Amino acid sequence: MAGDSTAVIEAHGVGLTFETADGPVHALKDVNLSIGKGDFVSFIGPSGCGKTTLLRAIAALEHPTEGTLTVNGMTPDEARRARAYGYVFQAAGLYPWRTIAGNVKLPLEIMGYSRAEQQARVEKVLSLVELDGFGRKFPWQLSGGMQQRASIARALAFDADILLMDEPFGALDEIVRDRLNEELLKLWAATGKTIGFVTHSIPEAVYLSTRIVVMSPRPGRITDVIDSPLPRERPLEIRDTPEFIAIAHRVREGLRAGHLDD
Amino acid sequence: MRNAIPVLGVVAAIMVVWYLAAVWMNAQWTRDQAARAGVEVSFADIVADTLAQDRPRLPAPHQVLLELHALTWTEEVHSRRGIVQSGSLSNRSLVHHGLVTLSATFLGFAFGAGFGILLAIGIVHDRATDMSVMPWAIASQTIPIVAIAPMIIVVLNSIGISGLVPKAIIAAYLSFFPVVVGMVKGLRSPDAMQMDLLRTYSASSFQALWKLRMPASMPYLFASLKVGIAASLVGTIVAELPLGGAGLGTRLLAGSYYGQTIQIWATLLVAAILAATMVGVIGAVQRMTLTRMGMAQ
Amino acid sequence: MSAAPRPHWARPVGVGLAALAALAAVAALVSPGMRGTLAAILTDPRSAALAAIWVGIWLANAWLAARPPPSALVRALVTLLFGATLLLLWELAVRLYSVPAVLLPAPSAIAARFAASLDILWIDFVQTILKGALSGYLIGCSAAFLTAVLIDRSPFLQRGLLPVGNFIAALPIVGIAPILVMWFGFDWQSKAAVVVVMVFFPMLVNSVEGLKATEPMQRDLMATYSAGYWQTLVKLRIPAAMPFVFNGLKIATTLALIGAIVAEFFGSPTRGMGFRISTEVGRLGLDMVWAEIAVAALAGSAFYGLVAFIEKRVTFWHPSQRGR
Repeated sequence: MAGDSTAVIEAHGVGLTFETADGPVHALKDVNLSIGKGDFVSFIGPSGCGKTTLLRAIAALEHPTEGTLTVNGMTPDEARRARAYGYVFQAAGLYPWRTIAGNVKLPLEIMGYSRAEQQARVEKVLSLVELDGFGRKFPWQLSGGMQQRASIARALAFDADILLMDEPFGALDEIVRDRLNEELLKLWAATGKTIGFVTHSIPEAVYLSTRIVVMSPRPGRITDVIDSPLPRERPLEIRDTPEFIAIAHRVREGLRAGHLDD
Repeated sequence: MRNAIPVLGVVAAIMVVWYLAAVWMNAQWTRDQAARAGVEVSFADIVADTLAQDRPRLPAPHQVLLELHALTWTEEVHSRRGIVQSGSLSNRSLVHHGLVTLSATFLGFAFGAGFGILLAIGIVHDRATDMSVMPWAIASQTIPIVAIAPMIIVVLNSIGISGLVPKAIIAAYLSFFPVVVGMVKGLRSPDAMQMDLLRTYSASSFQALWKLRMPASMPYLFASLKVGIAASLVGTIVAELPLGGAGLGTRLLAGSYYGQTIQIWATLLVAAILAATMVGVIGAVQRMTLTRMGMAQ
Repeated sequence: MSAAPRPHWARPVGVGLAALAALAAVAALVSPGMRGTLAAILTDPRSAALAAIWVGIWLANAWLAARPPPSALVRALVTLLFGATLLLLWELAVRLYSVPAVLLPAPSAIAARFAASLDILWIDFVQTILKGALSGYLIGCSAAFLTAVLIDRSPFLQRGLLPVGNFIAALPIVGIAPILVMWFGFDWQSKAAVVVVMVFFPMLVNSVEGLKATEPMQRDLMATYSAGYWQTLVKLRIPAAMPFVFNGLKIATTLALIGAIVAEFFGSPTRGMGFRISTEVGRLGLDMVWAEIAVAALAGSAFYGLVAFIEKRVTFWHPSQRGR
């Protein structure tokens, strides 16, 4: 927990309080966490536990009111300006007036990559998410799952070491979700990025991560951090093994403990 | 009233620009008069003169307000033609002309909005009406009815319809289109899920209209009523242009014929106040109704 | 929605007749002149013939409309049939009731006058529509859009300007025409000025609304790219604003036409549609007046259609354009 030389994201005593018309809301309280390079960290918890708020704080879309938060050794705002991470939202959020390729190019245009560079990266990244050939289609011509893959491709197109994903597969059905989970793991193995992943689903959290952060609400806080003993290479069948079920059980206990304060 | 300060700020800025513009635009006349009289004018003289001319190119705000006061309060209260001394409104006062215009506006608006709502209901319920009428309703707005108002009034006069009604008809024509468009959108606004629910109750289309579509269309209705009543006022004023008689439109034309610029501005100000008041009243009704219906934003 | 045994057109026809009857009753109550006219029309046997024609063609329309699928051809046919019916009834009414031409000319007479006066109509068209309306439209709409972009960075200005703008947009701007004629002279410049004032505020309101129409998520995405203000404006907010902007542009087409024509009532060189209409009304040359109106209607529809066409190309992605 103390300054790890390979720590990429560090939070010390982070708190975030929103002032609303109904009084202060403690979205985050006393969060201490250290995420190392190449980790796949899932944040799981019920609504209002602060997992999305924490992810957004790392992305400098929210600002903590207490404590310190560093990303790559810089403040989150500096990291954002240095384009240190890619963000995937719950909805694909593709621009309907651009083709898929055009959408993937969006960050590249903003960050000033050359035309040739843009073209090369778009092709590479579309094939990573298995959307080759769909570059010229428009978002509404694609299914929900494909749109979400395009959104992930967009986040991978530029060279950010960190990938932050906020319930990206929440709106998709089980079968598509399984496929995308597998693909995400393959991507992670291929690119070695550090991934922060918010989810509602216990099996998803256990399947994907090297560490699972269990959170609970009122105030939003971490109740458990589980380092997963599962190997990095994971076929889907691993979900039926006793080790998997044991970790899932521990996550469930952590969530229930959080709820006991209700 | 979070908006009060920015609005006042903008209005104040407009007043400043207005005064500067008045000085700038009326200065030429001042200099010409001075040259003719062989007199030198200083800048202070120019400023003083430009803000007090009889027929300025651009009257200053205070001139307009004074003229307005003269044509309403002073005329009615202190003149022997006015209501205080003669018991009826003076035919030189903007109160009288304003009321004449207002009555035609209201009548026309009632016709136009009423017809518009009925037509919208027809369009939403009957496909033939939708396909036949909607394109022509759109096309009808490209016919500059305001441009042919004189002709329509002549025609109606010759078959014995004169006075208030022809003006109301033109006002109705201008106000019905925004109401139709708004109501069609509003009546079609409930989503498929809501309509399906009513179908599970075997509701007739009249019940669906009364219980779902009409309430759902209230926000759209009020928005288009505001546009409609403003359009109705414009229609009435333009209809008054060719006829003479009473009304704000005739005052505008008279002012333009006799070169009485300040009177034109004062009349426009009255029209503006009427428009703003009517839209404000509809807005207040809107807030009260939507709050009671739980649809307030 | 319930499968009624009576024909599907019965209800709309019934409701329509009831509505017309109600409006006629109100009109009759309001004015004795209308009462007399209505009574005369309703008791005339010729009216029955016209009513029969109306109902017959309406039934044909209803039959056409009910056949699935409502292809583009059927829609066009129904629309044109309705319009043709109105023209037919007009022509028949004029002939049957012997309406004098100085009151209401027959469509055939108007068409004849139209064909005979193409040169005058063209001159008027150029003066009013091309020089007056179109230039005012282009200047007014671009100024409004630019203003919207400029005040975009200042919520203070937006909160102050929009209520004022809504107020001014509700004013009878046509009343400003005499003032603008005084400032800019008789020729097309003053008409263009009237059009600018008429289209500016509706266009401004729509543009500001459009620039606000991005979801917080989209703006957050731009923040994660550390995109600058101008990059966000050009790549996200302006394309997202286009549906609103085109809504404003369409409204502005009708306003531009009306503004240019009415402005000519207040002073004009001896050409222009408003000028021609007012002088021909004075000379009781009503067929020429209707010919000018036909030109105005055609020009207005073409203008609106052109803007709608461009809208379809630019906002092809919007749900309303993808067939509802």
